[in-house]
Amino acid sequence: MTTNLIDIQNSDVIMATSNMAENHPVGFQWVMKAKERGAKFIHVDPRFTRTSAAADIHVPIRSGTNIAFFGGLINYAIQNNLYFKDYVVHYTNAPYLIDPAFKTATDGNGLFTGFDAAKGTYDRTSWKYQLDGEGNPKRDLTLKDPNSVFQLMRRHYSRYTPQMVERVCGIPQAKFEEVAKLFCSNSGPEKTGTITYALNLTQHTNGVENIRALCMLQLLLGNIGRPGGGVTALRGHANVQGATDLELLYHELPGYMAQPLRDAHPDLTAYLEKETPKGGFWVNKPKFFVSLLKAFYGDAATKDNEFGYQWLPKRASADAYSHQHIFVDMYNGVIKGFLALGQNPAVGGPNAKLARSAMQRLDWLVVKDIFLTETAEVWKAPGTDPKTVKTEVFFMPAAPAAEKDGSLTNTMRLIQWHEKAVNPPGDVTSDAEFVCTLAQRLQKLYAGSKKERDRGFLAASFKYGSNPNEPEMVEVLKEVNGYATEEIVDKDGKPVYKKGQALSSFAHMTDDGKTAGGCWIYTGVTVEDADGKLINKANARKPADEKDYLGHGWGFAWPANRRILYNRAAADLAGKPWSEKKKLIWWDAEAPGNAPDKKGKWVGLDVPDFNPFLAPDAKNGDKPFIMRTDLVGGFFGPLNDGPFPEHYEPIESPVKNLLSKQQNNPVAKIWKVPDQKNELAGVGSTDYPYVITTYRLTEHHLSGVMSRYLPMLAELHYSHFTEISHELAKELGLTNGDMVTVMTPRGKIHVRAMVTNRFKPFIIDGKTVHQIGVPWHWGYNGIEQLPGSKGDITNDLSATVGDPNVYIQETKAFVCNVKKGVV
Amino acid sequence: MARTLAMFTDTSLCIGCRACQVACKQWNELGLELPEWTGTYQNHTHFTDKTFRLVRFIEEPKPSGDLAWLLMSDVCKHCADAGCLNACPTGAIYRTQFGTVNINQDVCNGCRYCVSACPFGVVSFNENTGTAKKCTFCNDRIHNGLGPACAKACPTESIQFGFRDELVGRAQKRVETLKAMGFKDAQLYGADSSGFLGGLNAFFLLLSKPSTYGLPENPKLPQKNIFVDSLLSIGSALLVGIGALVAFRQRGTGGEA
Repeated sequence: MTTNLIDIQNSDVIMATSNMAENHPVGFQWVMKAKERGAKFIHVDPRFTRTSAAADIHVPIRSGTNIAFFGGLINYAIQNNLYFKDYVVHYTNAPYLIDPAFKTATDGNGLFTGFDAAKGTYDRTSWKYQLDGEGNPKRDLTLKDPNSVFQLMRRHYSRYTPQMVERVCGIPQAKFEEVAKLFCSNSGPEKTGTITYALNLTQHTNGVENIRALCMLQLLLGNIGRPGGGVTALRGHANVQGATDLELLYHELPGYMAQPLRDAHPDLTAYLEKETPKGGFWVNKPKFFVSLLKAFYGDAATKDNEFGYQWLPKRASADAYSHQHIFVDMYNGVIKGFLALGQNPAVGGPNAKLARSAMQRLDWLVVKDIFLTETAEVWKAPGTDPKTVKTEVFFMPAAPAAEKDGSLTNTMRLIQWHEKAVNPPGDVTSDAEFVCTLAQRLQKLYAGSKKERDRGFLAASFKYGSNPNEPEMVEVLKEVNGYATEEIVDKDGKPVYKKGQALSSFAHMTDDGKTAGGCWIYTGVTVEDADGKLINKANARKPADEKDYLGHGWGFAWPANRRILYNRAAADLAGKPWSEKKKLIWWDAEAPGNAPDKKGKWVGLDVPDFNPFLAPDAKNGDKPFIMRTDLVGGFFGPLNDGPFPEHYEPIESPVKNLLSKQQNNPVAKIWKVPDQKNELAGVGSTDYPYVITTYRLTEHHLSGVMSRYLPMLAELHYSHFTEISHELAKELGLTNGDMVTVMTPRGKIHVRAMVTNRFKPFIIDGKTVHQIGVPWHWGYNGIEQLPGSKGDITNDLSATVGDPNVYIQETKAFVCNVKKGVV
Repeated sequence: MARTLAMFTDTSLCIGCRACQVACKQWNELGLELPEWTGTYQNHTHFTDKTFRLVRFIEEPKPSGDLAWLLMSDVCKHCADAGCLNACPTGAIYRTQFGTVNINQDVCNGCRYCVSACPFGVVSFNENTGTAKKCTFCNDRIHNGLGPACAKACPTESIQFGFRDELVGRAQKRVETLKAMGFKDAQLYGADSSGFLGGLNAFFLLLSKPSTYGLPENPKLPQKNIFVDSLLSIGSALLVGIGALVAFRQRGTGGEA
């Protein structure tokens, strides 16, 4: 997230699009604080939830229509002149002129210029700025040029009227206008608003565009980088942020750098040439990347061998090794072995039936978890004859957080250390211990190898501290933080770093191999004092107070302990706060500068996300978005499915797209799987007439591994259930508590019907559309004495389809049928 | 006696996460309990010998027709004038130095007078131990300088723990704030020590009338009815007696015809 949960208390209006009270209850305290201070709280959700219970306004929205809603708000802000003009003109690319050949989806009936139907991709040649003679983008600060980003955006969203929002989303026009007015009028110099989101926006075939749409709205209202503003991305508990930072992902390396592609990045020079932007802070990427290679391969990484670049695994294509792709490959026999560490794809991933069938075809499967999960027992899943499963399964018991040292990075980029409270029992090991000892044993097996491809693995060190079998986690953190690989001196020959000393800033990283760093954005989390003693800032515990409301003394937030990103935007062009009420950082012309004879510095309540000595009137001193090549916020963006988010219906939908002829995202990924393992329902299917969404409950965690085995949690819900409106229940002859069968072309589940007022049918273009909701925490294992802790697997219903940018699944909106009883 | 401790449960801040319910079960090691289908998220329908904190989920339409989901974490009220304590014949139920009401499990003889004496249905009987059970106000914690587990776990400060006099002041201000924000039915329940049951040491801020939450509007101890009830009983007995006498007389006078 760009902001910080604590800062939500400064919002004048908060729009939760996720179910924040239920899924982020601890962070939700700041929403309650803001409400106590008079803020208005809006909740946009198909269902009335515990979040809606705390809201001033609940806005029911049909699942899968988020862009229609955000597009409607963007249109409303523009048409009613409610955008923050000074911010938009100077801090965004709204005034930039686009190639006249580019046409919006309004002109292309749902498609942007450049769609290649045969390839199913866009040719993006025209998606670019017009340049002047010096190669700088042309601008029109009046925002009137028809080719300006602003005018193109206005034209693109001109179709997204309040009437259209009502027809597509099912939000009555009056309610939409009430919310639009409330949210948009709480912006400007004196006011700010924030928007929260989570998987409600991401798990769609236009997941990334959903998020872009909300970012655009926040830019338009001048809400980024300012107190009480921001994009409040609510990451999963407790370490999803940390997992992305350290990149337990298929497509990136630690610190958000691309995992090399086999064809596009043949060598280090080509990689750095292609991946390093020409402007913005990312021009430093070579320093971060070479330091990363040094952290991986140590002394074996030298300038002569491209710092070991060739030892990195390369991706065959953009989507290869993404989560869904892996299970299709497993099913097809391409992948033979699988290490599942702390993951339960037999329950938790999309099309779970396919995932289980795929894992039953492996040669071997290793599961490391804190309970015997459904994945660990996939060989005896209901309906499976264990004799037919050839997979050899190994189960390794894992230590939970209380039994190991380590850090967790929470949703606000805050790295917090935890210490081991008790030793794990018996043969139970931590993940780090398992990975390091496994790697060392593999290195022994490979010791004699002369193959070039094995050299990197053999060169990598998996020893942290004195005992090779028990990694010292503080040493791991130090490697992540970065250190000098040799003595570093300044230009006068004065020592800056001793060999092995922890780096205090990523600004000190170099691309010559003198520094190593496992994740550049984390640099500064450990420092060394004069005596060489390591200080772990993730363990700092000074709470926020009146002097430091953002709590810089608690843990360490990347980057550089900055709590609100892009905070230069909290000040105007001249460097003054937009208003006294919303001050954050500002230019102090009298403060001592970066040299004895210079004055002027950015100061304030947060660590500036800016060169602290770059005056507002200096070149680029007025451009806050330093991570972007052009240094300004981008309304016009570079995604695979278009430069502006456009509404398309989910892959499975009961209705036709009302905004254009283009029914689905034209570049969405739909995997072909043999044996009818990924069948899809057609538009308006009468066999599957209802919209279904899946979600979580406060009382359970993910696939239930951490909650279904604990009686005090598992007994909080009687059993697996689906939430159904009274109206649909009447049509189906259901009463509260009846067993029902929910079915899709992929599978069916039997659950209890919770008939409730909290779900209402939608009126979509004049017709009633019913929607149901099903939580996905249940599986076939649980507590014997508590039958309700076990239940059918909701993800047997969802499909193997994905977003074209990151290939995330569409589990928030698809279609189903519901029948009374167990059929 | 030490200064009276209290818990103030502000339902306007409750998000129904049930962290209090779980923290209570965990700290007090209350063990597995089979749930019941309630048709909503609430489990269980009422207090049990293994559920001392219970989050109630109440769906109620607002006057505007919009849905409201009232969420309330309910608990033993630790009444100043406690029915259970008054009814206990063995002295097992006692008042601590902090003003809380507790059951000494070693002394309880399982007579269950307290179960029927509680106007809130808080006290439950445990068949295994043969004793009465209820919230202890985390007696072990408060005697060691800690607050109750439920208050500690609450993420939104809906459950506040502290000295009663301070909490009442805070609660009164909160009602004023909420009224100014348009919650015209916001009210305190049990905060007034001159009110019913001498005031509750676990008192509440409600957003609707008490009966909406299943709370008695004006709770009374069953013992308070003893005088009137006894007169009525005596009266009835007399009437029965007179009736019997009359009947016998008639029989007698009827002779052996």
